[in-house]
Amino acid sequence: MSATAVHSLWTTAGEVTSAAPGDRFTAPTIEYAQLAPVLIVVGVAVLGVLVEAFVPRRHRYTTQVFLTVVALAASFAAVIGLAADGYATKSAHIAAMGAIAVDGPALFLQGTILLVSMVSVFTFAERRLDPASHGNRVDSFAAQAGSVPGSDGEKAAVKAGFTTTEVFPLVLFSVAGMLVFPAANDLLTLFVALEVFSLPLYLLCAVARRKRLMSQESAVKYFLLGSFSSAFLLFGIALLYGYAGTVSYAGIAAVVDGGVQDIDPALADTMGNDALLLIGGALVLMGLLFKVGAVPFHMWTPDVYQGAPTPVTGFMAAATKVAAFGALLRLLYVVLPGLTWDLRPVMWGVAIVTMVGGAVVAITQTDIKRLLAYSSIAHAGFILAGVIAASPEGISSVLFYLGVYSFVTVGAFAVVTLVRDAGGEATHLSKWAGLGRRSPLTAAVFAVFLLSFAGIPLTSGFSGKFAVFKAAADGGAAGLVVVGVISSAIAAFFYIRVIVLMFFSEPKADGPTVAVPSPLTMTTIAVGVAVTLVLGLAPQYFLDLASQAGVFVR
Amino acid sequence: MNPVNYLYLAALLFTIGASGVLIRRNAIVVFMCIELMLNACNLTLVTFSRMHGNLDGQILAFFTMVVAAAEVVVGLAIIVSLFRSRHSASVDDASLMKL
Repeated sequence: MSATAVHSLWTTAGEVTSAAPGDRFTAPTIEYAQLAPVLIVVGVAVLGVLVEAFVPRRHRYTTQVFLTVVALAASFAAVIGLAADGYATKSAHIAAMGAIAVDGPALFLQGTILLVSMVSVFTFAERRLDPASHGNRVDSFAAQAGSVPGSDGEKAAVKAGFTTTEVFPLVLFSVAGMLVFPAANDLLTLFVALEVFSLPLYLLCAVARRKRLMSQESAVKYFLLGSFSSAFLLFGIALLYGYAGTVSYAGIAAVVDGGVQDIDPALADTMGNDALLLIGGALVLMGLLFKVGAVPFHMWTPDVYQGAPTPVTGFMAAATKVAAFGALLRLLYVVLPGLTWDLRPVMWGVAIVTMVGGAVVAITQTDIKRLLAYSSIAHAGFILAGVIAASPEGISSVLFYLGVYSFVTVGAFAVVTLVRDAGGEATHLSKWAGLGRRSPLTAAVFAVFLLSFAGIPLTSGFSGKFAVFKAAADGGAAGLVVVGVISSAIAAFFYIRVIVLMFFSEPKADGPTVAVPSPLTMTTIAVGVAVTLVLGLAPQYFLDLASQAGVFVR
Repeated sequence: MNPVNYLYLAALLFTIGASGVLIRRNAIVVFMCIELMLNACNLTLVTFSRMHGNLDGQILAFFTMVVAAAEVVVGLAIIVSLFRSRHSASVDDASLMKL
């Protein structure tokens, strides 16, 4: 390529802008009403920061919980309003100068994320599980996250009754990023949304009240690996930009499909260069598969899930997965449909090792949070089978599965917060022996969640798995379905083992106690059970909803 | 000068950063290597922006800088809090949880 040709591009572009002095700069049109779900959450998050600065300490907890719940509810109402206006189906379109898509999958996933975050925030706000210290009720978060564990500074903070109410604005910022992530319609928005939802999560992982060292360790691991993967994602974005000369999804797809004919000769070895497309596409996919927790990129999952405060783990496990799969679906269906056949072997491989790897390694786990982490990896594999199906049924089954899975996950981690001994949560599996004899209700609820994870009929897990595997089989991925069913059987083994441990073994003398939660956590668990049973017994309405929502706008 | 050379330089910087993340053991150095990777991405974006003759890449580079700054804030907060409670910033020492 000659340098003069490149230079001429610049001067031409300069002449065009200076030729029309009347409109050198056109203000962008922003459809505020259609962006309302995101704007409400961001706005209240900023308000939450101001609350931290100006409201007296004793009122902050109440104010923050109230603001957070109201923001999530209002945002959910806005999503419902948009869906009722037909944005999910016939009038789906692209808002904010091509940055955000307002369509069925985006609204469905945003609704799911908001509801799941709402029930997770209830577990964040729970203050009855830990014994009160110095007459102050405490939640799962450190008195003062900046103080060194065990130091005088921390003791003083505990004595003064400090709590980390900053977690609520952090959750809201994270939710805002997650709302944008599945709706992002260009690679720039995708990257910014990824960072907006990841950075608060890194911080939230580090602020556990008990076991702070583990919590900080998990935060460092999550942060280093997370930013490592987002650097790869960004490099992929740079290469895709070099390939297409634009970062908008539709623009890249047009170049992939060969729709752009008049390529400048000066760009002949850049634009439309398949090497850039394949490497760039693979790197972006890698960044998304990291967030999803698929197997070659899953190393962070068990450590982070184990070390993070359990309410944060529940929120992260559920909502991150929904957002990341949404972005993955949009990328594969809108940007890279031309690459379906090139990517197929890779995606097959990832899905197979994810399903089998997650299920097999979970068998050897002795910690309930690690066990749930590996189970989440296996579930990521099942969802990937639906993603690979490359059909409308594939999209709607993935949407349905994500809705089902996220509520069960939040509920299961909420139950984990209840089982406690002197050192905080008793997460070692041996401590759970005989739990069914001591607290039959808690154990029964947890058993329902485990059965749903295992995909036993009459629970939501079964309808989700059935939908995903059916779509995969119809989409020509019958081999994946066979692997999926086998790894479901392997996974069922360790879920059932926990149930057997809870109900059919003798309780230990120094076993944990089950704390009686406030109505907040009870609501979380009750919603989880209700969703599990309703979507298990009568899934049809929600399957229809998902299939109506399953069309991407381009 | 042919702008493609900058792409090679950027790819080289990115590789150096990625190898640094994998090889080095101090959390701060690992983090610096990640920043190097992000800056390599910036160089790639700006080069492509020049080759294509549009500004999208340069705007993306600005956003990357802002994101990198935010990441520094969050990352240093986490690494410093780990250092204060362990008196070590080595990523190998942080091994309470089995792999």
